[in-house]
Amino acid sequence: MVTKLPKVDVVTVGVGWAGGIVAAELSKAGYQVVGLERGGEKATEDFLHAHDHLKYEQRQEVMQKLTNNTITIRNNLQMTALPVRSEMNYTIGTGVGGGGSHWAAQTHRYFPYDFEIRSKTIERYGGEKIPKDMTIQDWGITYDELEPYYDKFEKMAGISGEEDPLAAKRSNPYPNPPLKRTPAMKLFHDAAEKLGYHPYVIPGGNMSQTYTNPDGETLNACHYCSFCSGNGCEIGAKSDPVVTVVPTALKTGNFELRTYAYVKRVIYDGDKATGVLYVDTQTGEEFEQPAELVALTSFTLNNVRLLLLSNIGVPYNPETGEGVIGKNYTDHHNYLGATGFFNEEKFNLYVGSGILGETFSDFVADNFDHSDVDFIHGGQVEIRQLGLSPIVNNNVPSGTPMWGKEFKKQSLFYFNRTPLVMTQKASLPWKQHYLDLDPTYNDDHGDPLLRVTLDYTDQDRNLNKFLTGKCAEVLKEMGADIIEEHVMPDHFSGAANSEHSGGGAIMGADPETSALNNYLQMWDMNNLFVCGSNAFPHFGAANPTLTMGALTYRATEGMIKYLQEGDGLLVKAKSTKQNS
Amino acid sequence: MPEKHESEKNKIVSRRSFLKNTGMVTGGVVGGAVLGGLLGNPFKTETPQGDPEKKTDFHEQTPVDYSETRQFFKRKEDFDVLSMATERIFPEDEHGPGAIGLGVPYFIDKQLAGPWGINADDYMKRPFLTPELNQLPQVPLNRADIFILGVRMLNEVSKTDYGDAFYNLEEERQIEILQAFESGEVKMNKVSSAFFFGLLRQSTLEGAYSDPMYGGNKNMEGWKMKEFPGAQMSYTNVVEEEEFLLIDPVSLKGHH
Repeated sequence: MVTKLPKVDVVTVGVGWAGGIVAAELSKAGYQVVGLERGGEKATEDFLHAHDHLKYEQRQEVMQKLTNNTITIRNNLQMTALPVRSEMNYTIGTGVGGGGSHWAAQTHRYFPYDFEIRSKTIERYGGEKIPKDMTIQDWGITYDELEPYYDKFEKMAGISGEEDPLAAKRSNPYPNPPLKRTPAMKLFHDAAEKLGYHPYVIPGGNMSQTYTNPDGETLNACHYCSFCSGNGCEIGAKSDPVVTVVPTALKTGNFELRTYAYVKRVIYDGDKATGVLYVDTQTGEEFEQPAELVALTSFTLNNVRLLLLSNIGVPYNPETGEGVIGKNYTDHHNYLGATGFFNEEKFNLYVGSGILGETFSDFVADNFDHSDVDFIHGGQVEIRQLGLSPIVNNNVPSGTPMWGKEFKKQSLFYFNRTPLVMTQKASLPWKQHYLDLDPTYNDDHGDPLLRVTLDYTDQDRNLNKFLTGKCAEVLKEMGADIIEEHVMPDHFSGAANSEHSGGGAIMGADPETSALNNYLQMWDMNNLFVCGSNAFPHFGAANPTLTMGALTYRATEGMIKYLQEGDGLLVKAKSTKQNS
Repeated sequence: MPEKHESEKNKIVSRRSFLKNTGMVTGGVVGGAVLGGLLGNPFKTETPQGDPEKKTDFHEQTPVDYSETRQFFKRKEDFDVLSMATERIFPEDEHGPGAIGLGVPYFIDKQLAGPWGINADDYMKRPFLTPELNQLPQVPLNRADIFILGVRMLNEVSKTDYGDAFYNLEEERQIEILQAFESGEVKMNKVSSAFFFGLLRQSTLEGAYSDPMYGGNKNMEGWKMKEFPGAQMSYTNVVEEEEFLLIDPVSLKGHH
């Protein structure tokens, strides 16, 4: 028995950053918006008692529980995919705010090279630089076209930052100055500079001062308390949909937020979405919410799964490379670097915030000549000061037993002597990496889980080796006594300690090779918009939220245009055939 | 580690000068009214919990800790094996208490009695197939079952190989047996001994370093050994400090 509800202008599936941005922009423009969120509500007060590593980091308090829904993973087409079973191995936010509550809040812009990666790679190195079956493609948008929306997200979220000397042109400075520098950050800065690199303080959504955004929402200054990434902020000093776009939407009077509403299907008639089918997860009651426009705004993997479950768009076929839903799946979770053990110096490493740190972009994108390296794109070298959890930070020099007397002695000694130097690197797509529905494992509704097929490639291994070498070089210059480079595992395990998944419903200029146009509008269903990192044709070096948020801000302009002008595609399709 | 204590001398001086410079007194917590302005005063300086032997002014006897009673482990024998195994993983030494002194066995007992013990947040639907390459573990048993199987196997191996219960063996023997579990050499039914050992090690460290409200990290001794200040609310005045600051820890009990 499904109860049919009155029709609204817009329904969003999920109320995190993407759903919050859609809700805020469309409700400000006078449209009636309903936000369906599978989890509960959140408020800053929830986090006053949250300085608790066991509950938040180990037991993943603010994350989706895997009891009923997870992913399955295999490395190649021949293997049987198996589920990621342990809550500890999978981090996806849930509840209002979603990933935007627990995120670390780093916000680097992608580089102009990212948006035209295929054309620019061929232009500089020739087509043979791109390995067979690497399916990089241009995004159907340029940096200059997206720049105003980067600016808009940064102002909404009150980004504190210092300009990257190697980044592309900005229309405005960051709305807030960078965070303070710790001694470890200064040491990194000086070392990187001596080596000829261009370090700067990491930008992001921890406030360096009290800030009121253009929507009138006020954020407080960060206390560097360290319970940041993986937690929400009890004083509203981290940008979060809960303290920005959600209240902005609610105060228009045009936005209704419904929690514990889990969307099972997009409902459609021909090539028009008519609404969504959802279940109240507390009572089991089912509802149909009709809408003029449907926005999928949940996590990347859930957006793609919902398209597959709803049978919308042509599923990707990894044998032929045809089809688009599930294509170009990328995973960004392989954060390695080098551990530097300092015997003489101790740092206040218990101090921290999600973004606290420095980095340099000398090896990101095409900022250096790739003629003599065996990979494309690159990554950033970072020092991060998140604030150490004593439970999981037990660095000991290799050769030390992992428990017992010597382990205790060494792990106590080095706790405040091993600042984190790591890399985040680009993840590029391959023909054989994709998402589809699992043939064996289901959720409690009887719907198949999402299946991931992905493995590490020589591109990943070569890039990782190059970058961990740079981490070691910087640590040596910083004066570390023992330096150990992290070694990449042979195969991808499916474990994810953050929400950095990309692709599966990507944007582009050509409906043959992309699911969405550059307004994130489905080529095949004009009143369905899919907002998330699912739109990324490849994963750039840095964290996804800013680029995802900028694309979503731009998508809301498309949505408003669509609602004003009625039926139609916002962008004319081009045939690019760039992957043939 | 004498070299460490040597280098600590300077740091203690630095800490004193920091406190002097910021107008704070020792014994309290760095933070409080000075750092936590926005929240009012989020700290109540905790009652010193140091020496449990010491009698207070109000009571002539040490209060009984009723929470240190087994919830999960029905057999004392199982709990005694667990306790000794955690102590070998995190032993008492010159730095401070080991797992038993920190209350780790009771921490694990409480965790196993709750949702973590029955894998309430994990995907436990069948089938459980054998992982290939680097696929993640597929274990059909919940943690409560695994701990029971594991501690009984520890004791069985001890009795078979050395003729006595695990907790009665010499330290060296206990370590050898745990190493055999760690490497997966010991055959167990339905789950590998290496998986059990991994769980045992992880929960021992969780018990040593989690907030004391969970039953481990007694008197915040785990945090003190690690020079970790616990659940502080603000480090605004510490973030740029050049010297290492040894800050007295606070627990969530010290919050509102």
